[in-house]
Parts: sequence; C-alpha cells; structure tokens
Amino acid sequence: MTEMLTVNELKFMYRNRNVLEKIGFSIEQGQVVAVLGPNGVGKTTLLKCLNRILRPREGAVMLDDENLLGLTTMEIARRVGYVPQRVETGRLTAFDAVLLGRRPHIGWDVTPRDIAIVDAIFTKLGMESLRLSYIDEMSGGELQKVAIARALVQEPKVLLLDEPTSNLDLKNQVDILTTIRDIVRDHKIAAVMTMHDLNQALRFADTFIFIKNGSVYIHGSNDIVTPSVIEDVYGLPVMIGEFGGIRCVIPGACKIA
Amino acid sequence: MHLEQGTVPRDYQSYLDRKVRWIVFGILVAFFLFVMAISVGAVAIPPLDVIQTLFGISASVKWERIIWNIRLPQALAAVIAGIGLAIAGVAMQSILRNPLASPFTLGISSAGAFGAAVSVVLLGTGNIHSTVANPISISNPYLTTVVAFIFCMLATGVILMISHIKGASPEVMVLTGVALSSLFSAGVMFLQYFSTDAQLAAVVFWTFGDVGRATWDMLPLMSFVVGAGTLYFIANRWNYNAIDAGDETAQGLGVDVSRVRLVGMTIAALISAVIVALLGVIGFVGLVCPHMVRRIIGDDQRYLIPGSAVMGAILLLASDTVARVIVAPFVLPVAVLTAFMGAPVFIFLLFRGYKR
Repeated sequence: MTEMLTVNELKFMYRNRNVLEKIGFSIEQGQVVAVLGPNGVGKTTLLKCLNRILRPREGAVMLDDENLLGLTTMEIARRVGYVPQRVETGRLTAFDAVLLGRRPHIGWDVTPRDIAIVDAIFTKLGMESLRLSYIDEMSGGELQKVAIARALVQEPKVLLLDEPTSNLDLKNQVDILTTIRDIVRDHKIAAVMTMHDLNQALRFADTFIFIKNGSVYIHGSNDIVTPSVIEDVYGLPVMIGEFGGIRCVIPGACKIA
Repeated sequence: MHLEQGTVPRDYQSYLDRKVRWIVFGILVAFFLFVMAISVGAVAIPPLDVIQTLFGISASVKWERIIWNIRLPQALAAVIAGIGLAIAGVAMQSILRNPLASPFTLGISSAGAFGAAVSVVLLGTGNIHSTVANPISISNPYLTTVVAFIFCMLATGVILMISHIKGASPEVMVLTGVALSSLFSAGVMFLQYFSTDAQLAAVVFWTFGDVGRATWDMLPLMSFVVGAGTLYFIANRWNYNAIDAGDETAQGLGVDVSRVRLVGMTIAALISAVIVALLGVIGFVGLVCPHMVRRIIGDDQRYLIPGSAVMGAILLLASDTVARVIVAPFVLPVAVLTAFMGAPVFIFLLFRGYKR
C-alpha cells in the first residue's frame, strides 16, 4: 500500500473564526476513510478544503507529489471527484446528468469516448435501466447513485463524499456504501467521506478520522474506535459490542444488565 | 481510474435526435412567420413575392421598397430581439437559480424607462408629432436611446459591484435587482408627476416596446451584441448545466461558479439594455420562452439555449404580425401582444406538463 493523499498543517478560517487548525493525515490507495465528529465541527469544511471549493489559509494537500492547492480548479476536478450532500434535480435524463461529470475533460463538445465512459459506469453500477429516466422523477437512492456515478466519470484518484447516506433508507445506505467500497478497491482510488452513522462507518470504512475542536483528535484503523474516544469527541457515553462479527456502537452508559 | 469502453447507446442517440428535430422544426416555423410578418400589413404582399424579393429576384419595385425600407428591418428586429431576450432569460434563470428570473429581473427595464423619462422631461427630447405611422414620437430618439442605455448599464454596474463585494450569490443579485427596480420606478413616477401632458405621453409611449422603431442603422449593433452573447452562452452551456446541478456540484466539476455568474449576468444585462434602449420594454419573451422550451425538450442547456433562441424569434415575430393586423389600420406596439399571445400557450404547456 502506498500513501496517495497527504494533508499537511491545513488551516481554514471563516472570517475571523478558526474552523480548522493544523489538520494533518494521510490516506493510502484503496482505502475508504470516514471523517467523523459532531455537527458543526468542520467535517464538510475539511472535505471542501481538500478540493479547494474552500480555500485553506495555510497548509498543503499533496496528491501523488502534486500540491492540489496550487492547481487550477479544472485540474483539481480531473483528479478529485466531489459528491455534495445536496443534489439539485432538473428535467434531465440520468445519462445527461452523469455526462456532466465529464465536464473537466470536455473541450468544445463531448466525444464518443466520453459517452462510452458514461455508458460503462451505468453498467458497472447496475443501473442501466435508469439511463433515460428523468432525474426529477427519481427516488433519493437513485439520485444519490447518479451523483456518485457523475463523480466517478470524472476519473478521479480521490472521491470526496459529504454524508453519502443521509436521507437514505437502510437498504440504500448499504447499497451505496458497498458500491463505494467496491469501486475504491477495484480501481485503486481512495474515498474520503463524512459520516454520522458510526455503525455504517465501522462496517465500511478502513480508516477513521475523528475531528474535535477543529483538529484531528485521533486517526487510525478501526481499533481506535473505542467508547472513550467516542465519548470524548461526541460528549456522549456509548457501548461498543459485537453482533454477528460486526462491531456496533450503541448510545448509553454500559450499565444495562 | 479506468473504465472499460462502453458503447454509444442507440436509445440515447435517438433521444438527442428528437431534441434536434424539435429545434429544426422551430427554425422552419420561424422562417414561415418571418415571411408572413413581411407579407402582412397595410399593403398585403403575396408570400411568394416576399421570398423572391428576399433572394434578390425583383417582383415589383413598389414591393421591393416596402420590403427593404419598412417591413424587413422590422421583421429582422423582431427576430434579433426575440433571440436576445430569450437567451438572456435562459441565462438569468440558470445564473439566479430562479424560474421567475428574466432579462428584466435586475431592474433593466425600469432603469431604461427612467433614463427615457430623464431624457424626455429634463433634457426636453419628448414631443408629440402626429403622423399616420406613429401617433406619438420622440423628437430626439438618439439622445433618448443613449440616456436610456446609460441608466440600464448604471443599474447593471450597481448590481455587479454589490455582487462583487457581497459574493455573487443569487439571492443578493435578485434582491438588489428588485430594490433597483422599485427605485427607478419611483423615479419615473416622480418625473411623470411633474411633466407636461406631451412629455407624459412621450414617456409612456417610449416604454411600450415596439419593433416598429427599428431602422437599418440599429440592426448591426443589435445583431452584434445578440450574436456575440448567444455564442458566449452556447460556449458556456456545460457550465450552466453544472450550475443547474447545484453550486457545490459545479465547483466539484471545476467550474468557477462566481465568475460564470458575474460574466453571464453582465452579458445578459448588456443584451437586454441594448434591446430596451432601442425598442423599449418588451416583456414576457425572456421569462416565458425558456419555460416553453423546457416543457418540450427539457432542461439540458445544450438544447435549451438554441431552442429558446428559436422560440424567442417565433413569439416576437408572431406577436408583431398580429399586432399589425388585429386592429388595422391601427398598429399596436408588440409589447402589448407578447403576453396576449404567449400567456395562453404557456398556460397550456404548464397544464399539460412535461413532454415525455
């Protein structure tokens, strides 16, 4: 495994308020990374700093020896795909919506190669039947898949996802996260996603980054996810148990018989 | 990452072809209306003779004069203004993420009207002449046009400046536009209150947009601004598609959203300002043509922009033709007719919903 994305001393200020301070971590190829922490701690801000939707005050984001913060937005978009929390719909087919993901590669107009890549991603994600459906008639789960497909046709090395499973039912949550994990492993890319559901994170992520007070509280594989870390970060006592070989986090102090 | 090569799906291609066919059909309708617009009037010219004359084959010297001196510039102005207002409308709706946005959302029409009022009332360019063609006319149309244009660009400048300082957010742009619009409207009322009957009539007359005001020397400027603007918007069709998918998605796709917003807004405002200053306020076209096209071929800007341009030309040509015959021998300004003609069609399309 090789390190592909390294974040150094990242600092972000919103007006005069420090939001992120001295954020540093690195990510290996083929990893799914969960960024965890309570609401308002700056998880989304961190994600947006990684592809410079927000411009960090200080620091560097190195992707394979290139500092992303020194590239143009178009160059970043060819390397990093971003799936925001909210996706707008319109009277567009899913195919056109995904084709938009080729924007960073398109000159004057789409080429047959662009179309072929889009077609291939529909097959890959098992959503061929949705190609010509209008996205304003889609369910939340289908729409989220379209958004992920759109980011994937950017041919990114790193995929950033902002709460990819919020607003989804249980089956769709598992579907989406399985898809992300499989794609990341198959294509040797990396995914960084902010999450609220610690159980889903434990099941699908390889690496965990807990954010507290604008900096990384702890960073590592799933053995760092302990009741004391969670209580420190979220301010809530929890129990961690094992259920059919899967670790589960349950809120509440460990006193119930 | 690498994706295995797929194929160009046939059903997708035929879906795109269907959109192209609608646009080609629209162009044919526009051409038909163009000939009709030239053919119909105080003197009826057979459509075939119109086509012959347009292609340089002289049918009759009298008709040639009527066509080249009166009807052709008016029909061309309808086409160019229709295209300009419609594409400015499409762009504004995308830029401001607002289905109610139009070329006049930023207060351009009120600013233009205020400019004309200033010119007529304070600079004394308004007067009443009674002629058969024009019941009321403005004694110095050039100065009036220039002053109207200056105020249009002043309004645009204020919005640009505020957007630049406060960040180019759609809310700031829309609300500033509403505020400016009210301010200029109040200014017009103030000036009208102190004007003479003749000046009042001239100001009101100016605001009724009319393609009949077009002359040959206006057309090069109008075509240049509208042509360059159309090219710009078509070149940026992917950026508008990206913005329609949400600001964050667009930024993730490498689109400089603020810049696309500010430049697009400036160009849409410039197009509208030129049209308003030369022809007066022609409402409804910029608001409704894009929506009509959305209902037929969808929101994909690759087809929406050219489709709206064609629809703008169709609506304005049809309105102008009807305006000249409906109460003949009187000629109504086209602005009165655009809503009359457009609203029923638009309500029908809204009622029917999207075409599948």
